[in-house]
Amino acid sequence: MIHLSGPYALAAVLAGLGTYGVLARRNAVLVLIGVELVLNAANVLLVATGSVGADTWQAGNVLALFIITIAAAEVCVALAVVLAVFRLRGDIDLSRAAAGPAAEQTEPAQATPLAAESRR
Amino acid sequence: MTSLDIAFAAVGTVAAASGLLAVTTRHVVHAALWLVVCLGAVAGCYLVLGAEFVALVQLLVYVGAVVVLVLFAPMLTRAPIGPNDEVTTGVAHRAVAGVLGGAVTGLLLAVLLPVAGSVRSRPGTTSTAVAEQLFGTWVWPFEALSLLLLVALIAAFAVSRMARDGQAASAPGGTTAPGATTAAGTASEGPAEEVAR
Repeated sequence: MIHLSGPYALAAVLAGLGTYGVLARRNAVLVLIGVELVLNAANVLLVATGSVGADTWQAGNVLALFIITIAAAEVCVALAVVLAVFRLRGDIDLSRAAAGPAAEQTEPAQATPLAAESRR
Repeated sequence: MTSLDIAFAAVGTVAAASGLLAVTTRHVVHAALWLVVCLGAVAGCYLVLGAEFVALVQLLVYVGAVVVLVLFAPMLTRAPIGPNDEVTTGVAHRAVAGVLGGAVTGLLLAVLLPVAGSVRSRPGTTSTAVAEQLFGTWVWPFEALSLLLLVALIAAFAVSRMARDGQAASAPGGTTAPGATTAAGTASEGPAEEVAR
């Protein structure tokens, strides 16, 4: 016997925390951590609804496994993009990207040394 | 209030608290390590809910593989060790983000808690039943997912190769011969560029 309000409350809290993490972080890797929290909220919801009532096709468990697999693929591609951005720009600061393209188009040679200096 | 409810409250509190620390800490590496605690606690939640196979896959794939990838990224991008204010946005931005995150939580609670209903029985889901459905009803989505994983691997490789080629071509004073796009040329220029920085 289990009460469903506990798992539902945990899913809601994890989704809110993940949203905060995506919005409040500047480092691209930490944004990715927020995305993982949101995906886990969806997983908790799926497993909770699958564990009660008649789940003929085991949809809760199987879809949770699918989400875990998709998350692995997503992290793989996302980290490749993060490393590519780091090689091109010298940092992975997402809030600097808003002003970045104009500066990089005009002076591509100076953008990287300045970013390297600011990181030290 | 059954014993399962109490067990779920315990692991759920750990998951929520470590998730909060993962999104608020100023250490990049600590955030990844708190994510390990959070995902492990979520795996405990799956165990309490009776989904042993999902809990084990969560531990193997998420804690074992995904978090290791996330831990590698700060090393490869030379993240600073120690507290760093650069990883978060300003106070106003964080306040807006907190309001939006709270709004998401409130919205989900308002939608989900009324449908939670009263205490319901928990039929045990055996791994055998999950396996039968996974390779019976869900076999074509399962195969499509394996294709997705393969495409993601190739895409990650292609993205990293594209970035390296672009950097080699735009390197000032670099000897970018016409054959520089070969694997040997880029591999020999990539580390040199990294060291020069």
